[in-house]
Amino acid sequence: MAVDVPSSTGTAGAAAPAPARRLGALASWEATIIALTVLVLVIASLTVDGFGDAGNAVFLLLDITPILLIALPMTLIVMTGEIDLSVASILGLTGAVMGSLWVGGMAIETIIPLCLVLGAVLGAVNGFFVTVLGLPSLAVTIGTLALYRGLAYVVLGSNAVADFPFAHTGWVTGTAGGGVVPNLLLPLLVAVVAFGIALHATPAGRGIVATGASDTAARFAGLATLRIKFTLFVLSGVVSALTGVLWALRYSSARADNGAGLELAVVAAVLLGGVSIFGGKGSLPGVVAAVVLLASLQNALRLENVSNEALTVVTGGLLIASVLAPNVLRAVRRRSASARASRAR
Amino acid sequence: MSAATAQRTQETPVPPAPPTSAVERVLKARSLGIVLALVVLVAVTAAANPLFVSGQSLRDIALSTAILAILAVGQTIVIITRSIDLSVGSVLGLSAYAAGSLLQAAPGTPIVVAIGLAMLVGAACGLVNAVLVRFGGVPALVVTLGTLYIYRGIAFFWAGGQQINADEMPGNYLGFGTATVLGVPVLVLIAAVVLVVAGIVLGRYRAGRDLYAIGSNPDAAVLAGISVGRRLLAAFVVSGALAGLAGALYAARFGTVDAAAGTGYELNVVAAAVVGGVVVTGGSGTVWGAALGALLLTVINSALPVLRIDQFWQQAIVGALILLAISTDRVLTTRLAAQLRRRNSHGR
Repeated sequence: MAVDVPSSTGTAGAAAPAPARRLGALASWEATIIALTVLVLVIASLTVDGFGDAGNAVFLLLDITPILLIALPMTLIVMTGEIDLSVASILGLTGAVMGSLWVGGMAIETIIPLCLVLGAVLGAVNGFFVTVLGLPSLAVTIGTLALYRGLAYVVLGSNAVADFPFAHTGWVTGTAGGGVVPNLLLPLLVAVVAFGIALHATPAGRGIVATGASDTAARFAGLATLRIKFTLFVLSGVVSALTGVLWALRYSSARADNGAGLELAVVAAVLLGGVSIFGGKGSLPGVVAAVVLLASLQNALRLENVSNEALTVVTGGLLIASVLAPNVLRAVRRRSASARASRAR
Repeated sequence: MSAATAQRTQETPVPPAPPTSAVERVLKARSLGIVLALVVLVAVTAAANPLFVSGQSLRDIALSTAILAILAVGQTIVIITRSIDLSVGSVLGLSAYAAGSLLQAAPGTPIVVAIGLAMLVGAACGLVNAVLVRFGGVPALVVTLGTLYIYRGIAFFWAGGQQINADEMPGNYLGFGTATVLGVPVLVLIAAVVLVVAGIVLGRYRAGRDLYAIGSNPDAAVLAGISVGRRLLAAFVVSGALAGLAGALYAARFGTVDAAAGTGYELNVVAAAVVGGVVVTGGSGTVWGAALGALLLTVINSALPVLRIDQFWQQAIVGALILLAISTDRVLTTRLAAQLRRRNSHGR
């Protein structure tokens, strides 16, 4: 390998194939992910039979919906340096409550708002433990992950409620006017844009980033960091509940185990999208690209009859690679930058 | 000037002593709480159905506790260093399947070799976790979340939907799962040995104390000359090896092994440790507490059907216990800290 950093000694420059400046572009992990996503979409449409079909596109969107929706508030929470592992259990519990209320004869128009309120309450419980008692969100939400999922089983047992009105289930899976545009597409886009603007172009969004970068500094700057975190947990609860409703309607089935394990996929997508697990760093476009990347990769592999087991390995591998790759790149860059830094790693 | 010096000399000896006793008091209160809960639970359940304290029922509880406690010991070692190992359930499944396939292919294999293989597989999984955490600079939560998927995927891949049934396992291995020494199941003895060794190493030996130092303050640990990297590596490898041992015992106890063995165990294991007073932010907790936590969770699990409470409540109770445990810890430590501050400010 050529050593083209003049100031470096032999040992330091040996690992540096390129000038530091060129590698600087990789600081934008989001750009890499977005490019990778486009690449996967293009390759899959060209080489995988049926990937580009209109019918499959609708399926792909339906597959993406739950992870994408929950990833939006999860991004904000991880940006503040916290985490919410209870999202999939909130999804399951709202689905179970929805099913049992529907069996009890309540109108679906009353049930759905009630479910969203329930989600807000469940999120507020998380927020209470994290912000009022000052407990680590990891421990709290592992606890509520078990608690909420357990309550879902208490509510519905091993039953399944399947007879939701077709007007609603049909809307969720259908397309606008029977065409090619899924009904869910527009609301999803609106949600993504709204969260994107909120995070990247509003004072509240800057507050979230500041809280994650340094909680203490943010508090000294006059930000109510605890209130920000509490609000985000409530928001996460509401969105997870909404996803629970959509999930039950999509599959026409409310079961206590709806969405079990989804929290891992959501966290994987958020981290793959370049959000730092320590908070303060990340962007929504990156996360959206990561969600699309994961979902389309899985969809394409499934069309190629790759087994579900292989898919879990791919998801896990991507999760680790997403955090590992920037670190490795940074280490390489640091070595190329100066001889002194090579001692650090 | 002299007053300031006097105050300082007066103050200096005070602070170091109380914090240790404060931690001890919290842990003591915790263990006492668990033991009380256990006594009440067992008394109520036995009153409802005396068979609950019969030999068979107690044996079942002891066997389930043994496997959970071994996992909880490994988890405690990792959590003390301010890390976490979420992959233990998958490691258990993978190593149980490894031991099962070895025994299926070569029924003459000595028991020790099968257990050794399972522990080797587990240690290798732990090593991968450790290398990614240490040299990849990736947080343990992320690494073990990823390897939770990967190890489980590998197990499914390997098993290909196959299941190793009890009739395909050599009789001596199944016998080992039910064997007893002086009425105590061998599996329980193994768990007890693991617990005592881990408890003594963590409490009395430098390697163990280093883990607490790393968890309390990683930067200070580096400055104190502790080889943080090597200790973390060891912690993850031990956690993996213990998950492997648990896998071997799982295979011996249940006889039937498939790729899904131990799915979701990580939740119970973390719960046992946390309920037992192991603090997720590191630096505090003992394996004795974690084992007590494992016992409590297992007894609750077995008491529910006896008390005619729907089995569906089990998971909700686990969750509620985690929240209760971490909240009471918080309240106790805050109150103790306030007491200490008051005492110190008065100069005592």
